[in-house]
Amino acid sequence: MSATNGLTIAVPRGALFDGTVDLLSALGLDTGELRSNDRKLLFEDIGVITMRPSDVPTYVEAGAADLGVTGKDVLLEQGGWGSSHPGEGGREVYELLDLGYGRCTMVLASKAGPDPALEALRRLGVMRVATKYPRIAARHLEETGRQAEIVEVKGSVELAPLTGVVEAIVDLTATGTTLRENNLVIREEIVVCTARLIANPVAHKLKAGPIDDLLARLRALPAESRGRGAPEGG
Amino acid sequence: MIHPIPSGTRDVLPDETREVRAITDTLRGVFERHGYGEVYTPALEYESVLARADMAEARPAYRVFDESGAVLVLRSDMTVPIARVVASRYATTEPPLRFCYFAHCYRGVRPQRGQPRELLQAGIELIGSPAPQGTAEALGVLCHSLDATGLKDYRIGLGDASLFPALMASLGVPESSRQGLLEALVLRDFVGLEHTLAEAGIAAEAAELLLEIPQRRGGQDVLTDVPAAAAEAVTGLRRVHELLEPAVADRVIFDLGLVRNIGYYTGAVFDVYDPALGAPIGGGGRYDELLGRFGRTLPAVGFALGVDRLHIALAGEERGTGALLAAATAGDPQR
Repeated sequence: MSATNGLTIAVPRGALFDGTVDLLSALGLDTGELRSNDRKLLFEDIGVITMRPSDVPTYVEAGAADLGVTGKDVLLEQGGWGSSHPGEGGREVYELLDLGYGRCTMVLASKAGPDPALEALRRLGVMRVATKYPRIAARHLEETGRQAEIVEVKGSVELAPLTGVVEAIVDLTATGTTLRENNLVIREEIVVCTARLIANPVAHKLKAGPIDDLLARLRALPAESRGRGAPEGG
Repeated sequence: MIHPIPSGTRDVLPDETREVRAITDTLRGVFERHGYGEVYTPALEYESVLARADMAEARPAYRVFDESGAVLVLRSDMTVPIARVVASRYATTEPPLRFCYFAHCYRGVRPQRGQPRELLQAGIELIGSPAPQGTAEALGVLCHSLDATGLKDYRIGLGDASLFPALMASLGVPESSRQGLLEALVLRDFVGLEHTLAEAGIAAEAAELLLEIPQRRGGQDVLTDVPAAAAEAVTGLRRVHELLEPAVADRVIFDLGLVRNIGYYTGAVFDVYDPALGAPIGGGGRYDELLGRFGRTLPAVGFALGVDRLHIALAGEERGTGALLAAATAGDPQR
């Protein structure tokens, strides 16, 4: 039996990639090709498939992978609203373990100086917020009792307040450098996000032994081999 | 001309209908053979009537007004309508009562997720037969029907909806924290569960148990060495298991963390898994208090299968492909 107990694991490319591959190495997986070949997607001999982080819940939910690693931000964005919005159920995946690495904070930020979002709320009754995370942003603003117009953007969110399209942004930041460089200041911290190990619900039952064994070995790893720190920049 | 239909609904054309019909005919034969009479109930019901049940996540999602202004809903399952039928039409009939159904139910969906708005369910309700006999009978019918359709590799996850609440109560979890913990478990968000336990200031030893017990699943060994508060539920599960015929008992995976997101379940609950599909094919459980809310207090148990999911699993097994099939046998601890 291989180091991953014959399980298929969805590994995210991007900021969480290095930490995840380090973790797999620490478990005894041969990650040489995984590290060196960034075009290949399927590594069948070691039970790994790679994809962008936001696709990990999709593949795990469908059962294409038994386990997956993705950020809490992705899970929150694709997840349910809880009891306040019945019927808005989240992805059907189980969240098994906080892996600790890839630590970032979801923040509400606006231009330095007097907060333009406050002024918009006071005078216009609504603040405009640009984000790549429309569900997290809408939920946070709703829960804190503010009316907001969510503007979903795909690229650099920092551009939106600088050009006057919105008064504030909701975005993920590791070090705050990008925000500072664009003259934006953090007004509120919404939630801290780290890498999470998720599982397919059916695999969690039918492959209980291998999954529990892997979990036990992950928990037993010394903290320093639990992946590298936060991604640069952000 | 292409005329759209709502997302999550679809037209079923003859090739597919033929296959689906073969499945439902097979199921109907098994249900009838076990004494379960088929019923139809209206797709539209009064909201005020269905609201007697605590549907939680599965409550009706579509409402319309009738000509007199009353609110009607499209049923979201068949268990609640059958509870209504029993209270209204079988108010004095000697139990047990056995019903089966093949019916479309209606659920809210999230866009772009391929979730069905209208789903065909096949199921049974056994009214007036308490645990463990009633539960064992329902599980037997479930396995006989799946066997008859030709599904091979399915397993039944068996747990108890009262186990975790009993654990929380006995371990001194304050009332105010229980709902949050239960919600985390319903989502199987074990990280959230751990965080919520820490936030609620639960003693380390108790928190450990509340995390460890619901992650237990597997053979009979997971039933040993449980805290006193879980003993009642676990004994109940053992009794059910003892009553199962061997072929059915072999299909069971005990799952001490199994909670279904429908509020009316009270005791044993179960889900059907097949390695050809990444999601459960169906499930059910005991709902000993639901009938009482409609005015005829009787213990009851039932299950519903998603016919489309069963169809996909059958097709997957036939092709030897599907979600978890590749590594399923290698990774299955039960084989």
